[in-house]
Amino acid sequence: MDKYYIYLGVILTVVILIPLYRVLRGPTLFDRMLGAAAIGTKTMVLIVVIGFIFNRLDMFIDITLAYAVLNFIGTIAVARYLGAIRKRGK
Amino acid sequence: MTPLNFVVANFIVSIGIFFLLVGSIGLIRLPDFYSRAHAVGKSDTLGIILVVLGLIIHEGLTLNSVKLGLIIVFVGLTSPTATHALTKAAYRFGLRAWVRKDGGGDNRSEHARGGAEDAGREKEA
Repeated sequence: MDKYYIYLGVILTVVILIPLYRVLRGPTLFDRMLGAAAIGTKTMVLIVVIGFIFNRLDMFIDITLAYAVLNFIGTIAVARYLGAIRKRGK
Repeated sequence: MTPLNFVVANFIVSIGIFFLLVGSIGLIRLPDFYSRAHAVGKSDTLGIILVVLGLIIHEGLTLNSVKLGLIIVFVGLTSPTATHALTKAAYRFGLRAWVRKDGGGDNRSEHARGGAEDAGREKEA
């Protein structure tokens, strides 16, 4: 029963590591930002699972909500910033 | 926790992890920014909703499960919104979409890769 959450966390970590490839060598800036947003969204689930592992779910859920807000605000801010830039010569 | 509860929760969490895995693989394998945004925006949202739903069934009816439900609502609202904002920024930036060349050949055609690269260099941005 305890092992279940640990295995779940390991599988989630492997799933989170896959988009890191797109962050490291995406051809465009938007690809990198998309990979970063995907990593942040999946990390929320990992934090909840860590809360199950440590039996402190009440504390870790609040951390997850704060992390979700930060991830959303960060992505929206970068999107607004990049949306103001036009392609050169256009 | 009854065993039936555990089995149902395990099943839902497994389906959710499958969708998360599909989204990650799509982020790597698809040829274009727009198709990658398509993969991430939909399958990741569904995967996270399913995994957290399974964890709610694990937890039972407590205050924590209500907060987990709040997480589901929040992710369902914000994850597609963030993807949409990023895609719209890319469209305004002038990123060209991937087109399949006539006459087949490999999927990662020269035209698409060149177009994406010249539109989105980090130096220009």
